[in-house]
Amino acid sequence: MSIKVGVLSLQGAFKEHISRLKECGISAAEVKFPEQLKDIDGLIIPGGESTTINKLLEKYKFKESLDKFYRDKKPIFGTCAGLILLAKNIKGEGKGLGYIDIDVQRNAYGRQIESFEELLDIRLDNNQNGGKFKSIFIRAPKILNVGKKVRILGKFKEDIVLVRDNNVMASTFHPELTCDLRIHQYFINMIKNIKGDN
Amino acid sequence: MEKGTLKVKAGLAQMLKGGVIMDVTSPEQAKIAEEAGAVSVMALERIPADIRATGGVARMTDPEIILKIMDTVSIPVMAKVRIGHFAEAQILEAIGIDYIDESEVLTPADEKYHINKWDFKVPFVCGAINLGEALRRIGEGAAMIRTKGEAGTGDVIEAVKHMRSIKDEIVRISSLPKEELMTVAKELGAPYDLILYVYKNKKLPVVNFSAGGISTPADAAMIMQLGAEGIFVGSGIFKSENPLKMARAIVEATTHYNSPEVLAKVSRGLGSPMSGIAVSELTKEKIISNRGW
Repeated sequence: MSIKVGVLSLQGAFKEHISRLKECGISAAEVKFPEQLKDIDGLIIPGGESTTINKLLEKYKFKESLDKFYRDKKPIFGTCAGLILLAKNIKGEGKGLGYIDIDVQRNAYGRQIESFEELLDIRLDNNQNGGKFKSIFIRAPKILNVGKKVRILGKFKEDIVLVRDNNVMASTFHPELTCDLRIHQYFINMIKNIKGDN
Repeated sequence: MEKGTLKVKAGLAQMLKGGVIMDVTSPEQAKIAEEAGAVSVMALERIPADIRATGGVARMTDPEIILKIMDTVSIPVMAKVRIGHFAEAQILEAIGIDYIDESEVLTPADEKYHINKWDFKVPFVCGAINLGEALRRIGEGAAMIRTKGEAGTGDVIEAVKHMRSIKDEIVRISSLPKEELMTVAKELGAPYDLILYVYKNKKLPVVNFSAGGISTPADAAMIMQLGAEGIFVGSGIFKSENPLKMARAIVEATTHYNSPEVLAKVSRGLGSPMSGIAVSELTKEKIISNRGW
């Protein structure tokens, strides 16, 4: 099945996501305006500065089109800043888009000097489970609470770092910064399954 | 858990891509920059235009000022040290700065050597006017490069020259027969392994922003179209008539650099940009982009 994945390209590491998607053999496109959401089957919201991306989302009136995209059950994957934007609540700052039932805290590990990399166990299903994943955390957020329906796909010590809630997934780390394609492939399979059902 | 790796240092620069890093001298200015959508602020005592105007020795900013700015905004905060001044860098690392700019805008502390940036957990950005200089800095541990331009002038000509120079050299190297690369490394004064990286990947191994003279949305769009991955704006914002408006417009122009309709919209009614000085009117000793070894 042929699918097209969009990457929100207002600011941040969107080119890295596009490269990973292309390495998976998938057609990928930059999304800079809301009307471009109509042409894609799934959306990645990349890492970057969440305050900057959020201001540009408001300025270019993305809210309504994004809400429709979500209601149409099209898959969305947010990494780091993307996870913050997708969350229900952002500690000390108020509400996020609320597409995934988590509460988050920005820069929760401290400043850049506390940024780190770690080999983590991830638990992807669809027979892609298991194994270590090199995970890069940059001024990373923490997930403080998850709703009952949220599936936990990865943890760093006690911290939940990779989650899925129906058709929305999110990570506090950056799978786009490594050449390991398993998490992107998992997201692509999610899009294909959902498109196949419709 | 590993901290301070090149992946993590260069990774922050990757997260800043497509964004604007703004020079600020106070918490109030930092707040305006954040409000306008800056991805990071550079905390300074004097912006480059004022360093030019007042002269004297330009040094690292008082940590007290930097700490106040760090407390005010949630975006990452950068600060400058003099070329070669590793003790200033140690101080900035100790206060928890997010990025250090080993900058030609300040008065150099060492006439021959730059800081060994591998000694630090905090990442460094360094200026470069050509590929050889960029690769020397990366060889010393820089995790991000910015083309120098000519800071504090508001004249974009040098920023354009330096970005074109790096791009042209990358194109040239990647088209050469492999046996010529060692001689290229010798001519450019660059590490052979990094020349090899450029040859194979047709790009720098770290993110490359543009700096020095960008002062309008059109400047930002031009330099992004020439291949910059993001922008530093120094004097261009707080020396303009309406800093918040100018800052917002430059942020939007950096995102939508390929969309003339958006550029036309955001360029309207901004008030006067900084007045500036044409680089061609500067005497040789006033040029700062030639600092760096």
